[in-house]
Amino acid sequence: MQVQLRIQRNDPDVDVKPHYQNYTVDVEPTDRVLDALNQIKWHQDGTLTFRRSCAHGVCGSDAMRINGRNRLGCKVLIKEIGAKMTIEPLLGFEVIKDLVVDMEPFFASYRKVMPYLVNDETPPATERLQSPEQRAVFDDTTKCILCAACTSSCPITWSNEEYIGPAAIVNAHRFIYDSRDNGTEARLEVLNESSGVWRCRTIFNCTDACPRGIQVTNAIEQVKRTLLLGS
Amino acid sequence: MYHRFDAVIVGAGGAGLMAAAQIADNANVAVISKLYPSRSHTGAAQGGIAAALGNQEEDNWVWHMFDTVKGGDYLVDQDAAEVLAREAIDAVYDLEHMGLPFNRTEDGRIDQRRFGGHTRNFGEAAVRRSCYAADRTGHMILQTLYQQGIKHQVSFFNEVMMLDLLLTDDYVCTGVVGMDILTGEIHVFHAKAVLLATGGFGKVFKVTSNALTLTGDGCAIAFRRGLPLEDMECYQFHPTGIYKLGILLSEACRGEGGILRNDLGERFMERYSPTLLDLAPRDIVSRSIYLEIQEGRGIGGKDYIHLDLTHLPPETVETKLPDIADFVRTYMGLDPVKDLIPIQPTAHYGMGGIPTDVEGRVIVDEHKTVLPGLYAAGECACVSVHGANRLGTNSLVDLVVFGRRAGRHMLQFVRENDIQPMPQEPDFRARAEVARFLENDGHENAADIRVELQEAMMSKAGMFRNGDDLMELEGIIEDLRNRFSHVGVRDKGKTFNMDLVETIETGFLLDIAQAIAVSALAREESRGAHVRDDFPERDDVNWLKHTLAYRTSGGLQLRYKPVALGRFEPKERKY
Repeated sequence: MQVQLRIQRNDPDVDVKPHYQNYTVDVEPTDRVLDALNQIKWHQDGTLTFRRSCAHGVCGSDAMRINGRNRLGCKVLIKEIGAKMTIEPLLGFEVIKDLVVDMEPFFASYRKVMPYLVNDETPPATERLQSPEQRAVFDDTTKCILCAACTSSCPITWSNEEYIGPAAIVNAHRFIYDSRDNGTEARLEVLNESSGVWRCRTIFNCTDACPRGIQVTNAIEQVKRTLLLGS
Repeated sequence: MYHRFDAVIVGAGGAGLMAAAQIADNANVAVISKLYPSRSHTGAAQGGIAAALGNQEEDNWVWHMFDTVKGGDYLVDQDAAEVLAREAIDAVYDLEHMGLPFNRTEDGRIDQRRFGGHTRNFGEAAVRRSCYAADRTGHMILQTLYQQGIKHQVSFFNEVMMLDLLLTDDYVCTGVVGMDILTGEIHVFHAKAVLLATGGFGKVFKVTSNALTLTGDGCAIAFRRGLPLEDMECYQFHPTGIYKLGILLSEACRGEGGILRNDLGERFMERYSPTLLDLAPRDIVSRSIYLEIQEGRGIGGKDYIHLDLTHLPPETVETKLPDIADFVRTYMGLDPVKDLIPIQPTAHYGMGGIPTDVEGRVIVDEHKTVLPGLYAAGECACVSVHGANRLGTNSLVDLVVFGRRAGRHMLQFVRENDIQPMPQEPDFRARAEVARFLENDGHENAADIRVELQEAMMSKAGMFRNGDDLMELEGIIEDLRNRFSHVGVRDKGKTFNMDLVETIETGFLLDIAQAIAVSALAREESRGAHVRDDFPERDDVNWLKHTLAYRTSGGLQLRYKPVALGRFEPKERKY
């Protein structure tokens, strides 16, 4: 089928401001949006620029706005979108070129929550024990692929550069509720600051945007409850 | 720009990050990657990591070693396989201590499940050896190791693509040259030790489970600098890729009880592997699928068969194979709980690569001569624990065991050695290559060349090979190489020039393809994943040896080195 893509272009080496360019490609309805972008890049316009790697929704490289919604280009099929689509870079980040945005502030927020196991006790000779129930408590937030679809869908992050954002909170959650971790206090301190969880207005955009189906807003709410009520 | 580090690691997948974790607190280490580390393809591994923990039933690392050797059709160096199986246990505990969220047994231990070719008591029956986290084990390993990198303040150079390896005239490694993709700027990394951990090269084939970025960069650059590539003819096709797309559906599907069925609904693996059935090693299962298709028992007479999960409890599919279920729903519009899943073998893993010893040190010849300061680990390396066919889960074991060993040895090396002067004008070659592509107004398009290469490799050097096809393939690759010399990039900009990146990658793929084709043509036998229609038998008398392919001014040259035998005598391989 023929598909028309209207893509936001912005090459800092050439362009003064962003503009839109139209392309038409012939693709299968079961192709991914990423396949259409690759077809343009490889056979029509080599200057079109976007990130991509695994092409099946696990590496988190190709988050972008497709008809106004944050999606992974490799996890949306053409048939789901139809014959016309508008593709734009993620909101709330500086555009480097076309669909490529500056991810550094995103990863800086991620690093603030100490996204690693904190436990200075000498480990046993074999594994630390953890029951299936203890493991299940933080299962949902282990799925995060750091694609930034959630953070960039959040209106608070658009207007407040300080807000640490949903993805960082998800990754804090992954350790706060891990029975093996001892870093909860320090992490909660970060999340209790004015840039932390209290910025969240439970708009649920992040949950809708997550390509991994993580219940992001619930995770943020759980952290809020822990801050208010302890444990 | 010039940088100086004790150790530089190229590639931020499992092997690179595991090595970095060994060095970080004791020496200054940089990790350069053409992606953000969390994008590396280790994250796409699904089913598990093998280690004879014995949490679910009796197990023994010697059995793991035996399975690995036999699985590799005896083209495995047994000293390395012993290290792999022995140290897998401690390496898995190490990952757990770093925070990896494994699935757990009722008594709180790491849960384990069955996987292809992993058996108890030297082949008696399938054993629960694969430690896992749902079907996202690789994701958890990658996340955990990246987290360790952040914790230990490793210097990450993200989106920097390696272009050259710096070797002195007397073959000492002194660093690497890379390009910052963001700015197009060339960076020189001067170091005492370099680890190549750049991953695989599945993009040399048309249908593959590999990411778009897996273009064999480290292997190709080493090859260009005169280093050998070992056993490149041994390339694995995973039995269960999503039909046409090649997206991997883990062997864990069969580990959890899934069954392969042909057009008649038969469990055809009963004919090919009476003991292990659907959990036979991958080369055997992929070949069996192909034979069923060839004999007209593909689904509707077409070139695919079915993976059947419909008899499993829906809960098993949803909780132990959640990502698989998601892939099947997203890309095929099918429900794995109720529908049969169309699958075909997909190019998956290169057993070959840059030869190393068990410390991860790069070896340059058949006499175990070490190149001081240069290391390799992970899929780009060949130590050789996978021989002619890798067992499922053993790639993740390889990453952590040999990534860890390489990192530890590098730390010792950088402590004991002074930094060596770099060659004159270290970035000369890299700058010239980039300038050639940017300034050349060539009429050839790298994407067209890449597509033609992938199709030729798939049809002539895929699962079944023969002398005529491989000779023809050599000619096709030569033509494509000639065309590549007239390639021009359309994007002439400095900023995030992915057109330039993909063009450079295509050059790497052409080099890799040549090494595969020439090595495959020479190996006149069938062993593991390397199958020659014109030489259908394994030939231990003439071919129980490793291929070393070199690029010389007179074309490709092949040399050979013996396999390190040991505990297990080569026997006929039956399952």
